[in-house]
Amino acid sequence: MADQKASTSIEAVESGLAAQGYIASRQIATAVYLSQQIEKPILVEGPAGVGKTELAKAIAAWRGMKMIRLQCYEGLDEAKALYEWKYAKQLLYTQILKDKLGEVLGGAQTLHAALDQLHDFGDVFFSKEFVEPRPLLQALEQPGGCVLLIDEIDKSDAEFESLLLEILSDFQVTIPELGTVSAITPPTVILTSNSERDLGDALKRRCLHLHIGFPEQRLEERIVESRVPGISQTLRRQMVGFIHEIRSLDLKKLPSVSESIDWARVLVLLQATELDTEIVKDTLNVLLKYEADIEAAAPQVTTFIAKAARSNVFG
Amino acid sequence: MRENLHRFFRAARGVGVHVSPAESIDAMRAVAKVGISDRAVLRDALLLTLAKSQDEKLALGDCFDLFFSQPEPRQDQPEAASDGDAGKGEDQPPSSGSASEAGEGQPAEGLGPLAQMLLSQDRNAVAAAIASASGAASLSDIRYSTQRGIFSSRILDAMGLQRLRDDLDQLTAANPALAERLRAALDALREAVRETVSQGLALYAREEAENLRNEILRNAPLARIERRQVAEMRALIRQIARRLRERYSKPRKRQRRGHLDVRRTLRRNAAWGGVPFLTAWKRKHRDRPKIVALCDVSGSVAQVSDFFLLLIHSLHEVVDGVRSFAFSSHLIEVSDILEAKSPEEAMAEIMSKVGFGSSDYGSSLGDFEKDFMGALTPQTTVIVLGDARSNNLDPRADILRRISERSKRLVWLNPEGRLAWGFGDSEMPRYGTFCTVVRQCATAQQLERAVSDIVATYQ
Repeated sequence: MADQKASTSIEAVESGLAAQGYIASRQIATAVYLSQQIEKPILVEGPAGVGKTELAKAIAAWRGMKMIRLQCYEGLDEAKALYEWKYAKQLLYTQILKDKLGEVLGGAQTLHAALDQLHDFGDVFFSKEFVEPRPLLQALEQPGGCVLLIDEIDKSDAEFESLLLEILSDFQVTIPELGTVSAITPPTVILTSNSERDLGDALKRRCLHLHIGFPEQRLEERIVESRVPGISQTLRRQMVGFIHEIRSLDLKKLPSVSESIDWARVLVLLQATELDTEIVKDTLNVLLKYEADIEAAAPQVTTFIAKAARSNVFG
Repeated sequence: MRENLHRFFRAARGVGVHVSPAESIDAMRAVAKVGISDRAVLRDALLLTLAKSQDEKLALGDCFDLFFSQPEPRQDQPEAASDGDAGKGEDQPPSSGSASEAGEGQPAEGLGPLAQMLLSQDRNAVAAAIASASGAASLSDIRYSTQRGIFSSRILDAMGLQRLRDDLDQLTAANPALAERLRAALDALREAVRETVSQGLALYAREEAENLRNEILRNAPLARIERRQVAEMRALIRQIARRLRERYSKPRKRQRRGHLDVRRTLRRNAAWGGVPFLTAWKRKHRDRPKIVALCDVSGSVAQVSDFFLLLIHSLHEVVDGVRSFAFSSHLIEVSDILEAKSPEEAMAEIMSKVGFGSSDYGSSLGDFEKDFMGALTPQTTVIVLGDARSNNLDPRADILRRISERSKRLVWLNPEGRLAWGFGDSEMPRYGTFCTVVRQCATAQQLERAVSDIVATYQ
């Protein structure tokens, strides 16, 4: 019985994302479903342009939540990711309050009493008022929950990972002067990585590990269909088949889903109804981003078109 | 199912996927949510929670397919399969009852449940019985291929082989034709059980077998590694190097600026009444690790120097500021080669330049003093890898003394045992007096410990 409910929920995820124009494979849908059910972040790995960031956007749109994005880069630290003290505001307030100091201390007869009174005010400057929340803290403070996208975590330093651990496992951060800030509603956390560097085990252990590779032909056709509605079915099949052939080549950068979509749009703009050598050669630069790749692929174009057409007979 | 999942975790560890208790709890929770009826979803859920990389996903996927290709031990009829002694002949299980009518209408009264099941030729029932019997025989405990026989017979016993034998004896007299059929079925059963055990071995024993082999390799003397083991040994050393790297490597770039140094800021701005025009920042100080490695690549240590070089190569990856030198009769710097090339290429190049000669420690140390003495600072750790056999040439221990005086530590790693030091042309005792540490370093394990100690002092 429980399984029944569960399987419909995975489907619910699938259709919910599809309504946002994100065609998810079953694995992706399962990952999203599980991350909600057992409250775990998802670490998404895979080549560039297969829709890792899009996934976070689609989830946010589907569930009507705010998306907070933290773009990682080398040298990112807690002051930029978590919180920072508003130094300027603190200084300004000190200057303004200088005059008030006399009033505060006015009642004190001895130096000791004055010090005691000062201590009471000491903590004012390190209070919530003077904290500038950065994306991570903002995400915890959203009352309705949010989707927190930590993009390209592999670009950040290893220390930054350790900073994330507390948030990822308990959805809370500890600010030394203030104490622990816990999430009101645990955010849905998506981390993406291009595997530029190996992530630490501690981080991986806290996440569901989802690998998004290049989609299967059918799935990619559906993705193109949902993103580029005007494209004819024959052309769609041919171009996806063609792209799958291109991916079998040894290229510097293989075309990924975002390139397929771009190409489909270009083909629609050019009012193509089916692939031919001429039009492919003219638009190859949409698919391939390196001159060397284009040169490598160009001689194969005719054979690939033929192959793509042939496979469609049975597909 | 819980039991089954635990067995799967064990199998997963076998294929090299690290399943910690925390991960197994996650997997359990995930499985509780998605249920077990849809195998594809179950597979996805386990892959998502357990695997931590694409490689692990592939391995785990294969493992899943292999694991769940076995029928699950069924809960509803373990009695029928496992205790063959009870007089179950009367209340026959429904499957065998219906099938025995189909099976040529032979009378099957008075036979044990196993015999009935075999004669009924109900393949599903037999498979389920094998599965539950292998559960009873705790097949998941199998570790070594030599245990195959014992587990096979345990499973057969659990299925009621004893009773079947009695039945066979009885039938041979009463109904030879039926006995013949039963015997053929028993042979087929034995084969099926053997297959199940082999599969179990493939699933559960991989981890142990690998651990055992690695353990043996780890402790095997490097110099006496057989040719067929060299590749495995290299893989092991590479694994050690990777572990060292994971444990000790630090990001290359680090921010030098730290937090605001309040004390210095206030003092610096005292002239402006404490209004901080100039800020002062704390700086992070870090010792620059300095390691100088001298590696003997002469003929007498040829077997070992391969591994030494491999490890030095990984040292270059782990810490900054390593300079490496290789020598047999003369000494050259090999830092650039090790930095720029893959281990295999680097080793081949180094060996072609200075390798396999007869060792002359004296002249090599002389080369070092002449050209590279300036590389040594009071922070440097010098590692010498070699057997200290100098072919009865002048050992020039005085140079080693000067090296020792200029550096922080001098570590000598010797592939020979302590017993051999000082005998023949070994100059180890003479060199040893100037070394901070002298260690025997003949096995992969000793090598790992030595290097780990050296690197750890810099963290």
